[in-house]
Amino acid sequence: MEKVKVGIIGPGNIGTDLMFKILKSKNLEMKTMTGIVESEGLKRAKEMGFNVSTEGAKAVAEDPEIKIVFEATSAPAHLANAPILKEAGKICFDMTPAAVGPYVVPCVNLDELGDDVDDYNMVTCGGQATVPIVSAINAVADVEYAEIVASISSKSAGPGTRANIDEFTQTTAHALKVVGGADTSKAIIILNPAEPPVMMANTIYCRVKNKDEEAIKKSVDEMVKKIQAYVPGYSLRVPPIFDDDRVTVIAQVIGAGDFLPEYSGNLDIINCAAVGAAEIVAERILKGVR
Amino acid sequence: MAKINIYDTTMRDGSHAVSHSYTEEQVRAIAGGLDEAGVGFIELTHGDGLGGSSYNYGFSKVNELDLLRAARPVVKNAKLGILMIPGVGTIEDLEVCRETEIDAVRLATHCTEADVAIQHIKYAKKNGLFTVGFLMMVHMISAEELLEQAKIFDDLGVDYVNLADSSGHMLPHEVSEKVSTLVNGLSCPVGYHAHNNLALAMGNSIAAVEAGAQYVDVTCRGLGAGAGNCQGEVLASVLDMMGYETGIDIYKLQDVAEEIVEPLMHRPQTINTSSLMLGYAGVYSSFLLHAYKAAERFDLPARDILFELGKRKMVGGQEDMIVDVAYEMSQKR
Repeated sequence: MEKVKVGIIGPGNIGTDLMFKILKSKNLEMKTMTGIVESEGLKRAKEMGFNVSTEGAKAVAEDPEIKIVFEATSAPAHLANAPILKEAGKICFDMTPAAVGPYVVPCVNLDELGDDVDDYNMVTCGGQATVPIVSAINAVADVEYAEIVASISSKSAGPGTRANIDEFTQTTAHALKVVGGADTSKAIIILNPAEPPVMMANTIYCRVKNKDEEAIKKSVDEMVKKIQAYVPGYSLRVPPIFDDDRVTVIAQVIGAGDFLPEYSGNLDIINCAAVGAAEIVAERILKGVR
Repeated sequence: MAKINIYDTTMRDGSHAVSHSYTEEQVRAIAGGLDEAGVGFIELTHGDGLGGSSYNYGFSKVNELDLLRAARPVVKNAKLGILMIPGVGTIEDLEVCRETEIDAVRLATHCTEADVAIQHIKYAKKNGLFTVGFLMMVHMISAEELLEQAKIFDDLGVDYVNLADSSGHMLPHEVSEKVSTLVNGLSCPVGYHAHNNLALAMGNSIAAVEAGAQYVDVTCRGLGAGAGNCQGEVLASVLDMMGYETGIDIYKLQDVAEEIVEPLMHRPQTINTSSLMLGYAGVYSSFLLHAYKAAERFDLPARDILFELGKRKMVGGQEDMIVDVAYEMSQKR
């Protein structure tokens, strides 16, 4: 069956895990891995039989066969690459906090965004794990205030996250409003160094206007199923519990272990979300509607 | 003998013990009293630091910026400071807070995660604030590992590095070892922050001073998370007996504790079974009141919840995991 060819910019942990996920994809075909210097990641991609290049974005922009590009670099790199990719007519999934294009949380707003978007920003790992739950609660109970606490294992927090931890809290809090529908929001991140490493946990608190317990439970349940369709390791550790006008939900993400260990659920969920969204976009390309 | 700097955190760590209910009138009275007694550093924010007001940690009754504005005019000689935990608060919060004309900021991370505070420390230094790198839960790693983390702060030019025994779990010889390792290995001074869960806050603070610590955290009446902190008016008196210079008028400090702080306390700062368990199991002290709530909500003994949290090695700020643990325990029953 015909598939849409993809390129990945950035052969680090995220890029390599994306490559492994794309190997399992129905509509996506891995073609090129590109970086800016020789690296382990490029070597691995080459050994697996894919095109590799040290010419960065140029290598994928100049290949007319490649329709979809994953940008797994850094915010400054994507700001530089975005115009090149746009000019070349590529559809880009941006794993960085650059937010050139709109936030996408596949189960919440991918359909809504329509076919014109050519740069999808994947928010943050915590955003992918919590925005859907806030959205599900907001749909039936009107969320006045959403607050999330994402706890991740220290080992899974890379130098990028550590050097700019504010970016995580600010972007996640923003997405809780813009995509999740909360009127106001707050996000907290905790790094836990315990050994063996802890699984990614996400606590979602919502202050709601209309507390209909049954409707909230049903809405959250349905949303969890939608998330699980593209994030197999997502589950609720604590289903909605109610105290006055507050709803509390705790979700866990166990990584799929494609390339990264299971405790890297934070990295897994953002990659699952990007590949999940790309899968749907690719299907529309293959059907000729996009 | 060396000068010991008393760092008062009655209006920050003490905020846990009054469930973040301080009013402008209360902080004016406490801050004014501490300043007059000659305390050099006065810290004021939500117990979990700037931006801590939340479902997870409890909402502040009065916005901390309003409290800082109320305290500012009465703090004439001391440095008025805040604490912030990166991941909870951001540089943007710091930026806004600077309008209240604070003098000092302490940036707190879990003891193994110092590098997440680099950007915040650089910001604070650049803006001329007295800047402190603050490592929490220091019982969890060895003196050598701690030194590695403290060096990250030292290399950034912090004014001192503070070691917080957030669980009140350390014994005096461990305090001596950790403090002296840092005193010998760093170019900046070292401070120490105790919790009294094992009734060792005073003994450990003295051990820290004798090992070379130049800064000691205290609160009036020991008001603070868990069984509270090192009791300031007592430490000032003990250090005076030992011949250390603190610059504090001990009678005035005793009066602040007795006449201003004691009347506003919600409960006596004693070591009950649950706070003993914090120290015994090595659990973050501010989990205490949240564990009481979860115990009531899920009809479980608070002690069992706290023990399980210790077993799972939960760190500071993970108050949400109290509900997680309590829910799981209630399901297994």
